[in-house]
Amino acid sequence: MSYKAFEKTDYENLLKIINDDERVLYGEEINEEYSHDELGGTHSVPDAVVKALTTEEVSAVMKYAYDNVIPVTVRGSGTGLVGACVPVMGGIVLDMSGMNKVLELDEENLTITVEPGMLLMELAAYVEENGFFYPPDPGEKTATIGGNISTNAGGMRAVKYGVTRDYVRGLTVVLPNGEVLNLGGKVVKNSSGFDLKNLIVGSEGLLAVITKCVLKLMPLPKKTVSLLIPFKSLHAAIETVPKIIRSKAIPTAVEFMEREVIKDSETYLGTAFPDKSGDAYLILKFDGNSKQEIESLYDNVASICLENGAMDVLISDTDERDESIWKPRGSFLEAIKSSTTYMDEVDIVVPRNRIAEVVKYCMEISEQIKIRIKSFGHAGDGNLHIYILKDDLSDTEWEKRMKAAMKLLYEKARELGGKVSGEHGIGFAKREYLHESSHKTEMELMRGIKAVFDPKNILNPGKIV
Amino acid sequence: MNIIVCIKQVPGSNKAEVDPVTGVLKRDGNDTKMNPYDLYAVETAVRLKEQSGGKVSVITMGPPSAESVIREAFAMGADEGFILTDRKFAGADVLATSYTISQGIKMAGEYDLILCGKQTTDGDTAQVGPEISEYLNIPCIANVTSIEEIGDKGLTVLMDMQTAIEKCFIEYPCLVSVDKDIFLPRLPSYVKMKASKDQKINFITYEDLPDKDETKVGLNGSPTKVQRIFPPSVNDKRELFSGTAEEMTETVLTKLKENKFI
Repeated sequence: MSYKAFEKTDYENLLKIINDDERVLYGEEINEEYSHDELGGTHSVPDAVVKALTTEEVSAVMKYAYDNVIPVTVRGSGTGLVGACVPVMGGIVLDMSGMNKVLELDEENLTITVEPGMLLMELAAYVEENGFFYPPDPGEKTATIGGNISTNAGGMRAVKYGVTRDYVRGLTVVLPNGEVLNLGGKVVKNSSGFDLKNLIVGSEGLLAVITKCVLKLMPLPKKTVSLLIPFKSLHAAIETVPKIIRSKAIPTAVEFMEREVIKDSETYLGTAFPDKSGDAYLILKFDGNSKQEIESLYDNVASICLENGAMDVLISDTDERDESIWKPRGSFLEAIKSSTTYMDEVDIVVPRNRIAEVVKYCMEISEQIKIRIKSFGHAGDGNLHIYILKDDLSDTEWEKRMKAAMKLLYEKARELGGKVSGEHGIGFAKREYLHESSHKTEMELMRGIKAVFDPKNILNPGKIV
Repeated sequence: MNIIVCIKQVPGSNKAEVDPVTGVLKRDGNDTKMNPYDLYAVETAVRLKEQSGGKVSVITMGPPSAESVIREAFAMGADEGFILTDRKFAGADVLATSYTISQGIKMAGEYDLILCGKQTTDGDTAQVGPEISEYLNIPCIANVTSIEEIGDKGLTVLMDMQTAIEKCFIEYPCLVSVDKDIFLPRLPSYVKMKASKDQKINFITYEDLPDKDETKVGLNGSPTKVQRIFPPSVNDKRELFSGTAEEMTETVLTKLKENKFI
């Protein structure tokens, strides 16, 4: 499929649709930011940027793009890591960050309806003020909800509460030809044909443009307690995780981290971490309605950790203490990034009882390939964030070693029954690995679905399939 | 070195809400914590003990439920705990509180150093520490940001005078109130919490005090009378300036001068 070359007249026509020259950018007016995402591995400048404010505008822009066969790439905050929001075929970038309002808090149906450009941290703060709780909690709080839905982001509370998909009740979407559809709704149950709403979740902007999201809420737990658990080695820490899961305690989060990454975050944030005794740590979080209830939940887990070599179990039960451990945890990606010249990431997910093997394997291939690898992540749900660091390597050497490390890691994930991405998505950067790891028919089905939604292949072309 | 740390139980949430009609602070009885500033004092005490040996005692005044902050101090490394609790102590202002605590300290045994946090998050006066030292007739330094040297006769400390940092020597026994961030407070240890689970806490009532003077404790001993409590007014008036950097600087400057901020 060949696309129409974007011309000045296309810009003028878009301007007519939007009727606000501050919201349609062309040529020199386009900020360099629009050419990459947070990791910056994929670069391509769009021909035009449209900052949409309504479903109608999105629909009109899509209809124009469809009629003229112009590629359209949807963008939220640009905090993705796999190039999904980068317009690799040029064309129009549809910036959704201005559609950031709460439309309705429905306390009877326990749902909130928001526009997709709302930031995760704004949503969390808004519902908590009203005594509700939106459980998905990806580390990047400045990501948009639309972006979270598009990658089916998981985050730290997935162990107990599941992932973004579990909280999407309904979506209003604009199809590539401009048609507006409501999928799902405020209903709790739904057996009415194929679940198209769930096809949109995790589709990384390839099937339709999300313009309204109905999200499921829960009552806000009154209290949370986190445990910071120092271990002598990463191995000891990670080996304990399956035992915690087996104990039937349900923490909301089980995270692991190494001393070295904590040091990077201390440098990056300029604040100290409240404990220095361990070479590796687990952080567990529990929620409930009272301190006593939570204590009874974690008592057994604390004993299990101590029996398995934990040096102590440190208790964080106030806002100040939580901040001293969770703020560093939230900064790891940026902290590791600032400790090196360039990096690439792997976001594999494996059955959770296999996570220790992957962590050990990372250390082995780091030695073998002679490349620095740092990892941290969601030990409780089997999703690892592994960062391969360039440091002082030459470009060719980096390319060679990084590719070799990635190949081994994805092979390992496959061998252990895992998947290419746990929550960051495939986008542009992980396509090759998805294709290698998936059955041919599976990829053909995905391509078929894409073609049904988007026969002219104008929505986010060059990604996933 | 024997150290006594004064601590207080405060509301758990940082968002204090005042009932606009009755003027009463809305407290959730179950949600309490140790005054965050006191954590720095406890941390300082435990570090001094780790460095030079001795004993750390903690003392608090409050309802019997304040036991939880004593237990928390045990989990951070304190060895002994005292609670001053009696209906007669209720309604105390800073003066009555300082007096009552100074009485309790007299019962807590020999000490070289008394440590306090800078202030509490519910009262915010920062006066109780210095007033205790007056009642005990010992020297006091407030706003201590660093302990430079632990000597045989006393401590060398840095004191933040806002416009200058002063290095001072203070002789034992003395009272020091430490500033936020003197050390990063450690998290309470589950292992220590379990080990100190059955440790006895010393409860002190009015009848136990060395000086039983009802006019000096509780509401009777409090010259401060609270007339009214009200939430601070929130001003969310905003003005948006636009223009070039130079123009906006000029506008901001004019505004600040108009309002006599500069």
